[in-house]
Amino acid sequence: MENNTAAASPQGEFRRPSQAKEIWRRFKKSKGALIGLVLLVLYSQATTQDFANMLGTPSSEHFFGCDGFGRDIFARVIYGGRTSISIALIATVTSCLFGSMLGSIAGFFGGKVDTVIMRSLDIFMSVPDILFTMAVVYALGPNFVNLVIALTLAYFTNYVRLVRAQVLTLSEADYVEASRAGGAGSMRIILTHIIPNSVGVIIVNTTLNVAKIILYESTLSYLGLGMPPPAPEWGAMLSEAREFLRNSPHMMIFPAAAIVLTACAINLVGDGLRDALDPQLKS
Amino acid sequence: MDNHEKKTPLLQTVELQKYFKLRGGSYLHAVDGINLTLNAGETLGVVGESGCGKSTLGRTILKLIQPTGGQILYDGKDITKYSNRQMHPLRREMQIIFQDPYSSIDPRKSVIEVIAEYMIIHKTYRNKNDAFKRAAELMDLVGLARRYTNSYPHELDGGRRQRIGIARALSLNPRFIVCDEPVSALDVSIQAQILNLLMDLQDRLDLAYMFVTHDLSVVKHISDSIMVMYLGRCVELAPSDELFLNPMHPYTKALLASIPEPDLERSRSKKLEIIRGEVTSPIDPKPGCRFAARCEYCTQRCSGSNPEFVETAPGHFVSCFLVNDK
Amino acid sequence: MIFNKKKKAVIPASFESRRDYDGPVLDIQNLRVIYKTDLETVEAINGIDLQIGRGKTFGLVGETGAGKTTTALSILRLLPSITGKILDGKILFNGENLLELSEPQMQAIRGNLISMVFQDPMSALNPVYTVDDQIGEAIRLHNPDYTGEEVENRVDEMLRLVGISPARKSEYPHQFSGGMKQRVVIAMALCCEPELLIADEPTTALDVTIQAQVLAMIRELRDRLGTAMLMITHDLGIVAQTCDDVGVMYAGEIVEAGTAEDVFLGSEHHPYTVGLFDSIPNLTSRAPRLKPIPGLMPDPTALPEGCVFAERCARCMDICRKEHPRVYQNGTHRICCHLYDAGVHEKAQQKEGGAPHGQS
Repeated sequence: MENNTAAASPQGEFRRPSQAKEIWRRFKKSKGALIGLVLLVLYSQATTQDFANMLGTPSSEHFFGCDGFGRDIFARVIYGGRTSISIALIATVTSCLFGSMLGSIAGFFGGKVDTVIMRSLDIFMSVPDILFTMAVVYALGPNFVNLVIALTLAYFTNYVRLVRAQVLTLSEADYVEASRAGGAGSMRIILTHIIPNSVGVIIVNTTLNVAKIILYESTLSYLGLGMPPPAPEWGAMLSEAREFLRNSPHMMIFPAAAIVLTACAINLVGDGLRDALDPQLKS
Repeated sequence: MDNHEKKTPLLQTVELQKYFKLRGGSYLHAVDGINLTLNAGETLGVVGESGCGKSTLGRTILKLIQPTGGQILYDGKDITKYSNRQMHPLRREMQIIFQDPYSSIDPRKSVIEVIAEYMIIHKTYRNKNDAFKRAAELMDLVGLARRYTNSYPHELDGGRRQRIGIARALSLNPRFIVCDEPVSALDVSIQAQILNLLMDLQDRLDLAYMFVTHDLSVVKHISDSIMVMYLGRCVELAPSDELFLNPMHPYTKALLASIPEPDLERSRSKKLEIIRGEVTSPIDPKPGCRFAARCEYCTQRCSGSNPEFVETAPGHFVSCFLVNDK
Repeated sequence: MIFNKKKKAVIPASFESRRDYDGPVLDIQNLRVIYKTDLETVEAINGIDLQIGRGKTFGLVGETGAGKTTTALSILRLLPSITGKILDGKILFNGENLLELSEPQMQAIRGNLISMVFQDPMSALNPVYTVDDQIGEAIRLHNPDYTGEEVENRVDEMLRLVGISPARKSEYPHQFSGGMKQRVVIAMALCCEPELLIADEPTTALDVTIQAQVLAMIRELRDRLGTAMLMITHDLGIVAQTCDDVGVMYAGEIVEAGTAEDVFLGSEHHPYTVGLFDSIPNLTSRAPRLKPIPGLMPDPTALPEGCVFAERCARCMDICRKEHPRVYQNGTHRICCHLYDAGVHEKAQQKEGGAPHGQS
C-alpha cells in the first residue's frame, strides 16, 4: 500500500548507520558541547606537552604570574587540572557504575532486596557528605586512590536513588511488557530497554556531578585533606592564595577561574552527549 | 462448560482467577472465575468497561501475570504452573498486541530493531542480518513501507506504529494473539485500516485472536463469539450475531443501548435507556450478582448467591437469575 | 478562596444589551489560524465559516489534528500566545467581534458568557481543592457581589442540576469517579449560565454506559437552559444523538456542513464524509470488510495546493490537485468539493473536447 523505496541493498544486506558515527554526528550539532570538548582536550594537551618544560625551567614569561614560592601559576593550574579532573572523572565513573548497579537491582527485583539496599542507603545518607569524606580520607590517608574512594562513597547514593526510580517507572512501560511477552529475561530487559532509556537522566546527573566533585575535591584540599602538599591542586592553591589575597589576588583568581571553566565545559559536553544519545531529537 | 467437539480447543480456561493483594489485606478481584474456549483460527471478543478485568484476563492467559487460581489449557496442556523457562518456547505461539502504539514501542530502537527483537531473543536465525531480513518481509506483510526501516518510532504516526506492533507480534509465527484494544487509540479511518489488516492476517495465517475492547461495534465486526465481562466475571457469552440479536443479560442490554449510533433516524427515535449508577468496587466483592447494584430487575436473591452460568441456546451462556429461572 | 478578590467583571456594555440579539450566537467567518515556530509553520485552520444559532448544538466532527480543538481555543482566545496566531477572519459572538476585545474583556467573557468543558475531567479539576471550593470559585469570579450563603446555595443548585447529591460537595475530586468528575466540570461550566458552551470531546475519557448518562444530562440541560453548544467530537454517533447542525472538519477546513439531516441523510456528500461513515463498523449490518480511507491526513506544515483531501480521494480529478474547491451550497447544505461545482464539469467537458483552457 505504500511505496517501497528499499533501504535494503541489492544483496539484501541492511545498511544500518553505525551507532557511533550517528551519535558523533548529532553531538557535533551542539556548538556548546564542542566548545566544552575543546576546552577539556586543551587541558590535557597542555599538560602532556608542556608540563616538563614549565616546571623545569621557569622562564621570564609567567602567564599567570608566580606564587609565594616563585612557582609558575599557569603551570600549576594546568598540572593541578590534571589531578583534579582525573580524580573527579574517576570518582564519578565509579560512583555511577556502583550506584546504577545497586539502583537497578533494587528497582527491578523489589521486595526484600529493595528494602535492604534502600535502608542501608538511608544510613549512608544520614551522615553529612563533607563529614563523611573527611572521615574517610582521614582514616585512609590523603592520596589519589583514597580520595577517589571517599568521593565515590559520598556520591554513589545519588545514582542508586535516581536509577531505582527510573527502573521503577520504566519497568511498568508497555514495551518492557512487550519484551517479556516475547520471552526476554530480566537481564536482557535491563540491558536493552531500561538502561538505554535511563541514559539521558544518568548523563545529565553525571555531568552535574563531575562539576560538583571537582568543587568538592577542591574543598577537601582547601581544608588540607587533598593531595599531599607539593603536588599542585586547585583547592590547595586557593588555600595557599588565601594569605596573599590582598596583595596578589591573581593567585586566587586563576585557579578559581579554572575550576569554574572546567565545571562549565563538562556541563556543556554532558548536555551535548545527552542530546546526541536521544534519537527523538535526531533530525 | 463442556466441550462437545472432538478436537482439542487451542485455548481453554477453567475458573481462571486473578486477585491482586492490596494494602491492608483486602483483595481486588480482577478476574474471578472465567471459563472460555477458543478454537484455532477463531476470534473471541471480550467486551467490558474500564476496570472490568478484561486486560488482566488477556495478560493472565499469556502468563505475563501469574493467575491466583483455576487453569489455563493451551493446546491441551495445562500451562498454569509453567515457569518462565517452560513458557519460553510457548512465547512463540502466544503473542500480544498492545493498546497504546506509543508506549508499547521502545523509543530508542529503530523500526527494524523493534520488529526483530523477538527473533533475536529466540535465536530464530543464525545471525542478526537474517532476522533483519525477515523483519523487512514482515514490514511488507503489515503494509509498512521499507523506507521506514531505520526510522525511529517517534517519526511515525499511531497507525504505522500499531503496524510495527503487529509485525512484532507476528514475527515468531504465533497461533494465538491477544489483541488488547489495538484500535482504540486510533482515529476511525486508521482504525478501519488496522481492523482490515488484522482480519486479512487471520485468514492468511490461521490466527486465533482474543480481541479485548470496550467498543462493541468493533468487536461485532471482528469476532466469532463475544464474551461480556462485568467486574471480573463473565455475564454473557454468545456467538457474535446471536448476542446482538438476542442479548439476555440486563447489563448486555444496557451496554448495547448505550452505544451512540451514527444513524440519525435510529438515534432520534431510540429512547435512550440509561443504566443508573457506576461500576461498583471490585475489592472484596460480596457474593451475588456483581451487576445487582445497578440492575433494574434486581431481586433479593441477586445479592445472596452467585447466579449459575447457564446455556440458554446453543453456545449462548448467561449468568443471571432472571434468565436462568425461565 | 483562590482569586476572588473583588475583581469587577468588565463585560463590554454592548454584550449585556445584546442578550436579545437575534442573529446567531456565534458566527465565525473565514477564520485562519497558524502555529508558528522557528522551524515550521503549522496551518491549523484555513478559512472556516460556522454559525451556531440560539439554543442550537453544532457538532464539529473530525480526526486528530483536523483543527477542532484549535477552533475552540480561538473562540476563547486561549491559543498558546507564543506560537498560535490568528491571521484572518472574524469571530462574532452576539454580533461582536471577539478578536477585537482586550484581554480583561475576554476574561470577563470566558466562563461567564462562553465556557468550555475539556476532554479530560481529571486534569480540569484541581486535586487540592474540594468540589465545593472549585464550583464556588467559578461563581464568585463572575458574581463578586454574592454573599457566602448565596454562593453555597448556587453550588448546591448546580450539583443537583448535574445529578450529584450536594451532600458530597465537600469531597475532593479524587473521591469521585470519572463520570462524576465530568459532571462537576460541566457544573462549573454552566454555573454562570453561559450563552455558549464549548464541549471538547466531553465523553471520550468515559465508559459507554457513563457516556450515555453524561450525554443525556447534557441534552437535558441544554433544553432546559437554552444554551447554545459547540460539540467537538470524533464520534459520529454522538453527533447523531445530540447535534442540530454538523460540520465535518478535515486538515483545517470544514469540508462539509449543514443540518444533521443534510449530513446524515442527504444524497450528496463530500468524499471524506463518505469515507468517514464507511470506516465505522456498523452495528446493524455485518459487512465482511470495512472501507477505510487510504493514506493519512496531509502534513499541516505543507498542505497541498489544491483540495486538501485530493491525495486520499477515490474520486479525485485533475483539477482537484491544482485548484482549491469552492463551496457548493444547496439550501443549508454546504460541500467544499469540485465534484459538485457545475463550472468545473463544464470546463472538464470543454477540456475533453479539446477547447483551450486557462487556469491560474
